[in-house]
Amino acid sequence: MTTTTPSSQKQDAQPGRVARLGAVGGDWLDQRTAGGGLVKFLGRKIFPDHWSFMFGEVALYSFVILLVSGTFLTMFFVPSMDEVVYDGVYGPMQGAHMSRAFESTLHLSFEVKGGLLFRQMHHWAALVFMVAIFVHMFRVFFTGAFRKPRELNWLVGFSLMVLGMVAGFSGYSLPDDVLSGNGLRVVDGLMKGIPIVGTYLSMLLFGGEFPGHDIIPRLFTIHILLVPAAILGLIAIHLTLLVLSKHTHYPGPGRTDRNVVGFPVFPVYAAKAGGFFFLVFGIITLISATTAINAVWIYGPYDPSPVSAGSQPDWYMLWTDGGLRLIPGWEFTIFGYVISLNILLPMAIYGGLLAFLALYPFLEAWVTGDDREHHVLDLPYNNPVRTGLGVAWITIYLILALGATNDLIALKLHLSINDLTWLFRVSIFVAPVLVFYITKRLCIAMQRHKRGLALHGVETSKVVRMPNGEMLEIHEPLNEYDRWVLVQHDDFRPLKAGKGVSALRAKATSFFFKDYISPVTPAELREALDHAAHEKHEIDAVTGGDYTVPSAKVGH
Amino acid sequence: MTDNLDGTTPAKGVSAIAPKEGGGFPNPGLPPHVHRQADTDKRAEKRAEKIVAGMFVLSILGTVLFIASYFVFTPMDTNLLAEGGTLRAVFWSNLFTGLGLAIAVFFIGAAAVHWAKTLMPDDEMVEERHATRSSDESRDRAVEIITGGLQESGIARRPVIVTAMVGALAALPIAVLAPLSTLGPLPGNKLHHTFWKPGMRLTRDHDGTPIRADEVAMNSIFHVMPEGLTEETPHFLNERAKAAAVIVRIDPAIGKNEESLANGHQGILAFSKICTHVGCPVALYEQQTHHMLCPCHQSTFDVTDAAKVIFGPAHRPLPQLPIEVDAEGYLVATGDFPEPIGPSFWDLHKDK
Repeated sequence: MTTTTPSSQKQDAQPGRVARLGAVGGDWLDQRTAGGGLVKFLGRKIFPDHWSFMFGEVALYSFVILLVSGTFLTMFFVPSMDEVVYDGVYGPMQGAHMSRAFESTLHLSFEVKGGLLFRQMHHWAALVFMVAIFVHMFRVFFTGAFRKPRELNWLVGFSLMVLGMVAGFSGYSLPDDVLSGNGLRVVDGLMKGIPIVGTYLSMLLFGGEFPGHDIIPRLFTIHILLVPAAILGLIAIHLTLLVLSKHTHYPGPGRTDRNVVGFPVFPVYAAKAGGFFFLVFGIITLISATTAINAVWIYGPYDPSPVSAGSQPDWYMLWTDGGLRLIPGWEFTIFGYVISLNILLPMAIYGGLLAFLALYPFLEAWVTGDDREHHVLDLPYNNPVRTGLGVAWITIYLILALGATNDLIALKLHLSINDLTWLFRVSIFVAPVLVFYITKRLCIAMQRHKRGLALHGVETSKVVRMPNGEMLEIHEPLNEYDRWVLVQHDDFRPLKAGKGVSALRAKATSFFFKDYISPVTPAELREALDHAAHEKHEIDAVTGGDYTVPSAKVGH
Repeated sequence: MTDNLDGTTPAKGVSAIAPKEGGGFPNPGLPPHVHRQADTDKRAEKRAEKIVAGMFVLSILGTVLFIASYFVFTPMDTNLLAEGGTLRAVFWSNLFTGLGLAIAVFFIGAAAVHWAKTLMPDDEMVEERHATRSSDESRDRAVEIITGGLQESGIARRPVIVTAMVGALAALPIAVLAPLSTLGPLPGNKLHHTFWKPGMRLTRDHDGTPIRADEVAMNSIFHVMPEGLTEETPHFLNERAKAAAVIVRIDPAIGKNEESLANGHQGILAFSKICTHVGCPVALYEQQTHHMLCPCHQSTFDVTDAAKVIFGPAHRPLPQLPIEVDAEGYLVATGDFPEPIGPSFWDLHKDK
């Protein structure tokens, strides 16, 4: 540096000064926080790249947007059920009696600068948050990322999904409009249906009879303090466990259960993931700028008497309403006490669906007896039964969600709502079984196809007719990198009962693996390659190695 | 691949994993790296640089738009495209502030991602994993610490303390019930009674005017509340939530239930409006079929047959409000609903 000319020295001095400033600042911080160790630990950590790994990120970033926009809303929203008479700018509500909660919602939507934007961003971000959580969860499910050592993190993620629903419900109930008020009324009805303690629980939640004067302030505390604190804590655990276990990667050449292949946190992921936050932020803002959501001023303030047709909760709560619509009116009285099966049975089904998701990693580990660590993901078709079960679960979920929109479907498609309800009642039993079977067979078909591809390679569309009339298509064998993805997965077999295997587990392994298509073995590949070489030899003998069609040959 | 990461074999008994012949295929290792355009072509690199910088500049423009919209497209005052204090002004304010913010943040993200994808190194790197379990030494030391600590505490030698401690820790959670119980009153008989009293007039829900029997046309429906239930009534909404009722008038000839007809007046029948499933207002009336439909979960009640359930998840009929006509020809209740209204609950059938 000392030998350079003054002009170039001037150019070089700039980065030098920044670097010196960074060194001084870094030294100051490190002497107080030992931050250097953290940078060393995290800075060059490797994360694998795949589009399907972004859903969890979307969920995380929408949560940040929820915190930011939610904080803005608390500055203007008043969680009070005190009655006021409206005299704001929204004409149709002039003079109406309403709670202060509803009035302040109208105020922040219509009169606060940017208020409507932040309210809509908060609501849209909540919808995106739940979509992202569900898609992320099913990415993890279908790729088997929940296997050891990530079972605990699966449970943490599962809890986040449940808390997300609680956050959403407690949030959209706050404006105290007709729609959300009827949602709360349904909650009240559900609680009252619980034997013995039901009416007590309802009185405790609502501070007396429904709707009372306490529910909005209470939901507010739950919505802005308890649930977000729990979500933040669980996110911290979720990410700590992620760093501890390192991220999974998809099967590929060079990727094993003992390494992780990808790009470093700094600078690549700092830019990619940091940038992705802004992309999610931008898209949610764009939707909120252009698309109205939860226009509570159209519904009006809560009053126990009116309700309109087409009353649906936000999408992630739909499934909890579907069961209530599909269940027949089963209720009986025993020793003078009422058992409301028309409430308890749907709740039991919801609990069962959630429990299946939460416990599935342990169920599968019990079936396979697999206690290895897994860091290479499964391709979904390589585990046909797991994939079938997952799709069947989604089918039940969707039928419940569709059930909750039966009035809208009936209206739009001019169908009888009774027929539609019966259709859903039947299909909730039939469809998952059918869907499971179809999915499983599709997966097996894909396994067979990939097996053929690994053995024989890609069809070249060059067909040769042999002297004996036989038609042979010339195949191009895969290179070893492409082939590896098709042959690397585990092989499974059903177990026989006895010798430490219970009859139940033997049945379970048979259910999971009796149709399992084994991956290609090296011996099979050798045989296939030998056969191909032999065929090629014969073809070459006939054609002289020139595969062009006779007419083309004439042209030459 | 059938081994554990640390080289041991599965310990949990028999596994369903079939061992692979010869250990399966060998992993071919990372494929050769393919360079991007910007890695080899200076012009492509320059182009990518310009695009990234351009997008950051776009973001600055978005920020300017956002801030400007806060002053020139306000919902209440200045608004270039509409009069302040109107819904149009709210619309423009929301659109322009939103577009500004969306552009400001989106293009920071797009620039950063494009920078990473085109200009930052894209050579895949490999990091080794280690078995998650801690080393044997760490485990031994941990066991030592725990057993040693337990020994130092003397927990095994002092059963009296342990018993007392377990008792104390088990008793404490019961204390939670005390503050919990103050969250709300006990149900008592609240759910068994509503605002309706004998002689109380039925009034229109929307304006509180009483209803004369001769005003109720055949096949019409009225949403009613008891007279005197006004915004000044204590627990106004709670009372409305229980007292809400509807009256319908049917031709007594099509009535299927004598008792129900007797509780009405010349085919005018009053029913609770609160669904017996989970409590939504049963607001939809089909004049042709005389069915009442709950819009929430589609429970359907037949008003010609004492509002019995003919479809859907509800079980109990809508409780019927007994009515008659007073001296001036107005409809009045002769008493409260004969049983609790709304969703069923455990001790519904107990008299309170």
